[in-house]
Amino acid sequence: MSDVVLETRDLVKHFPISKGVVLKTQVGAVRAVDGVNLQLRRGETLGIVGESGCGKSTLAKLLVGLEKPTRGEIQVRGDDLTRLTGTALRRARRNIQMVMQDPYTSLNPRMTVGDIIGEPFDIHPDAVPGYGKARAVRDLLDIVGLNPDHINRYPHQFSGGQRQRIGIARALALRPEIIVCDEPVSALDVSIQGQVINLLESLQRELGLSYVFIAHDLSVVRHISDRVAVMYLGKIVETGNDVAIYDQPTHPYTQALLSAVPVPDPRLRGHRDQIMLEGDVPSPADPPSGCRFRTRCWKAQPHCADQEPRLELRQRSSHPSACHYAEPRITTRHY
Amino acid sequence: MTDIRAHLDALPGVDPRAPLLEVRDLHVEFRTRDGVARAVNGVDLRLNPGETLAVLGESGCGKSVTAQAIMGILDTPPGHVTRGEVRYRGVDLLRLPEADRRKVRANRIAMVFQDALSALNPVYTVGFQLAEQFRMHRGMSRKDAKQRAVELLDQVRIPDARRRVDDYPHQFSGGMRQRVMIAMALALDPEVLIADEPTTALDVTVQAQIMNLLAELQQQRGMGLMLITHDMGVVATVADRIAVMYAGKVVEEAPVHDIYARPAHAYTQALLESIPRLDLKGRPLNVIRGLPPALTDIPSGCAFHPRCTYAREICRLEPPPAYRIAPQRIASCHFVREVLGV
Ligand SMILES: Nc1ncnc2c1ncn2[C@@H]1O[C@H](COP(=O)(O)OP(=O)(O)OP(=O)(O)O)[C@@H](O)[C@H]1O
Ligand SMILES: Nc1ncnc2c1ncn2[C@@H]1O[C@H](COP(=O)(O)OP(=O)(O)OP(=O)(O)O)[C@@H](O)[C@H]1O
Ligand code: SF4
Ligand SMILES: [Mg+2]
Ligand SMILES: [Mg+2]
Repeated sequence: MSDVVLETRDLVKHFPISKGVVLKTQVGAVRAVDGVNLQLRRGETLGIVGESGCGKSTLAKLLVGLEKPTRGEIQVRGDDLTRLTGTALRRARRNIQMVMQDPYTSLNPRMTVGDIIGEPFDIHPDAVPGYGKARAVRDLLDIVGLNPDHINRYPHQFSGGQRQRIGIARALALRPEIIVCDEPVSALDVSIQGQVINLLESLQRELGLSYVFIAHDLSVVRHISDRVAVMYLGKIVETGNDVAIYDQPTHPYTQALLSAVPVPDPRLRGHRDQIMLEGDVPSPADPPSGCRFRTRCWKAQPHCADQEPRLELRQRSSHPSACHYAEPRITTRHY
Repeated sequence: MTDIRAHLDALPGVDPRAPLLEVRDLHVEFRTRDGVARAVNGVDLRLNPGETLAVLGESGCGKSVTAQAIMGILDTPPGHVTRGEVRYRGVDLLRLPEADRRKVRANRIAMVFQDALSALNPVYTVGFQLAEQFRMHRGMSRKDAKQRAVELLDQVRIPDARRRVDDYPHQFSGGMRQRVMIAMALALDPEVLIADEPTTALDVTVQAQIMNLLAELQQQRGMGLMLITHDMGVVATVADRIAVMYAGKVVEEAPVHDIYARPAHAYTQALLESIPRLDLKGRPLNVIRGLPPALTDIPSGCAFHPRCTYAREICRLEPPPAYRIAPQRIASCHFVREVLGV
C-alpha cells in the first residue's frame, strides 16, 4: 500500500439548488460527484473518462482543494486533506497540482509568463529554492521546452500548445508528486496534442510524477493511462487497466461509449456493431434510482431500479464493474 | 413551392450536367489592423448529389470561411471574396443578381453550425422559428406552417414533437438542439447541406446519434453533404471523398479509402500519423513539428514546407502544382511520389 500516493474514500460533492432571492431555501442538490473511491499509485497515470457533466472537473477540483467536499476523504500520502488545517494543509496541498483545460482562458492575460509560473512561489514562499525564484522560473520554462528568454512575454504571444506548456510549468513549480490534468489537450489540434502528451510522459518518467488525466478523447486516454476509470452521473462505473477497459469492458455504459467512438479507419465502416444509446443523460439533480444508467441501458431489468450495483469484482468481470449483469461483449475491436 | 424550383431551374447558365456545387479558385481575405489575413487562397471543391464530401483540416485553415463564402454569410467587412467562383448547377452565385442569389441560397443550400445554441434565437419557440421559414419562403398559413414544423421535428426524432414544438431553445439539451438545427436546415428541402463541425460540441454517444441521423436524411433526400470537421474518426465513418485543407488551400483530394490507405500529400500523411495508435503506447506520439502559419504571413512556395519532413529547396521556392495522380485524386506536393512511396 505504501506506493499509493492519493486515495479518495466515498468522496461526495453536492451543489445545493436554492429557491428564492432573499430567503434562500434549498430545494435540492446537483449530485456532481456522488461517492467516488479511487487510488493513484506512484508514477502511475489514472485516466478518467465520461460524458459532459458526469463530474470529472468537479472531482479534479476536489482533489486539488478548489472545491470543498460535501463528504468523504482525500488521502494524500496518508494525510486526510479534508481534516488538515493551516500550515499542514498548505504543505499537503503543495503536493497535488492541476493543469486546466483551456489554454486560452486559464492564464491571466495581464501577467507575464514569469509571473504566472512564479506565482505559486508567492503563495508558498518556503518552497522557493535557494538559488532564487527567477532562476527557478527559467529552469521551469526550460523543462517544458519553452525559451527561458521569453520570461517577460504575455500569454497572447504564445500559441495554444505553448500556453498549455506554461500551465504545466506552473503546475510543476512546487515540485508536486501528483498532477491532476483536466482536459489538458482538448482545445488543441491533433498535431499539437501529441507535443503536449509527449512532454507530460517524459516529465513523468524523469520526475516520477503521478497523474490523474481527464479527457473525453478515449484514444488519447488509452495512450497515456495505466489504469482508467469510467464515470457516469457522478459515479465510477468501471475501472481497470487499459486493456481491461478498452478490450474487455463489462459495463454496458463503457461498451456503448467505446462503440460510439468513430474509428479513423474507413475499412471498419459497417463492420463494427455499434450500440446506439437512446435519449440523453438524466439530470444529476435527480438521478434514477438503483443503477443510474438504467434509463438508457438495453440490459436493464426491474432489479436495476431497486438495487444500486456496487463497483466491485463480479462473476463475469475480473475488474471492478458497477453492473448487476456485468459481462464482456463479443465485438469487433474498437482500437 | 414548385414555382420557386421552376424559377431556379430556369436561371441563365443552369447546366443539368454541371456538378451540384462547385467552388473554383476561391480567395477570401480579411483586412484588419494587423494586416491582410489570407484565410482562403484558391480553394477548389466539387460536390455531387447524394455524396458526402468531408473538408478536413486543423484550426484556422479556412474551413468555416470557405463555407461562409459559399453561403454568402461572410463577415464583410473585414472579409472579402477577392477571386473565384461558387457555382450551383453551373451558375456562378457570386455573379448572380442579388435577388436570385438569395433565392438559391435560401431554397437550395442550407447550413448547420457547430454551436446550435447561438444559431437559434433564444426569444422564440423552436416551432415559431421553423414555421417562420415556411411562411416566409413558401407562403404557408400559420396553421399549416406549424403542422410542418411538428413533422420536421418528428423526422429528426425529437420525442413528443407535438408538445416540444412550443419549447424554447434553452429547454433542449445540446444533442436535441443540434437536431432542431438540422430540422431548420432541412425545412426548405435543400439539395446541398453544409454542416460545419455539427457534432464537435457533443458527447460521442450523442455525436453517433446525430451523424447517423444526418446520413439517413441525406440518403432519403439524395442531398449533397459537405461535412466540415477536424475529426479523422468522423471522416472515416461517413465520408465518400475528402478534401484536406492547409493554410487556406485544398492540398489533397481523394476518395476516403485511398487517403487513409495511402495519403499522397506530406501533410495528410503527417496528420494521419499523429493519431494515437495502440502500437504507440509506451512510446512518444508522432507530432508535426512547429505550428500552423499565421495567415498574415504564409510561407513562400508550399505553405507546409517549414513543418514538412520531405521538404527540399524547391518547396520553399515554388508552390507545388495540383498533380492528378488518379482519376479522382489530386495532391499539391512536389514530392507526391516519395510520399506515396512509388
Ligand atoms: N459550481 C457549481 N454549481 C452548481 N452546479 C455545478 C457547479 N459545478 C458543476 N456543477 C454541475 O455538476 C455537474 C458536473 O459538472 P462537471 O463540470 O464536474 O462535469 P464534467 O464531467 O467536467 O463535464 P465536461 O466534460 O463538460 O467538462 C454538472 O451537472 C454541472 O452542471
Ligand atoms: N470575422 C473575421 N475577422 C478576421 N479574421 C477572421 C474572421 N473570421 C475568420 N477569420 C480568420 O480566418 C482564418 C480562417 O478561419 P476559419 O474560421 O475558416 O478556420 P477553420 O478552419 O474553420 O478553423 P476551426 O477548425 O478552428 O473552426 C482564421 O485565421 C481566422 O482568424
Ligand atoms: S511540396 Fe514539399 S514542403 Fe510541400 S508538402 Fe510537399 S514535400 Fe512538403
Ligand atoms: Mg469538465
Ligand atoms: Mg471553423
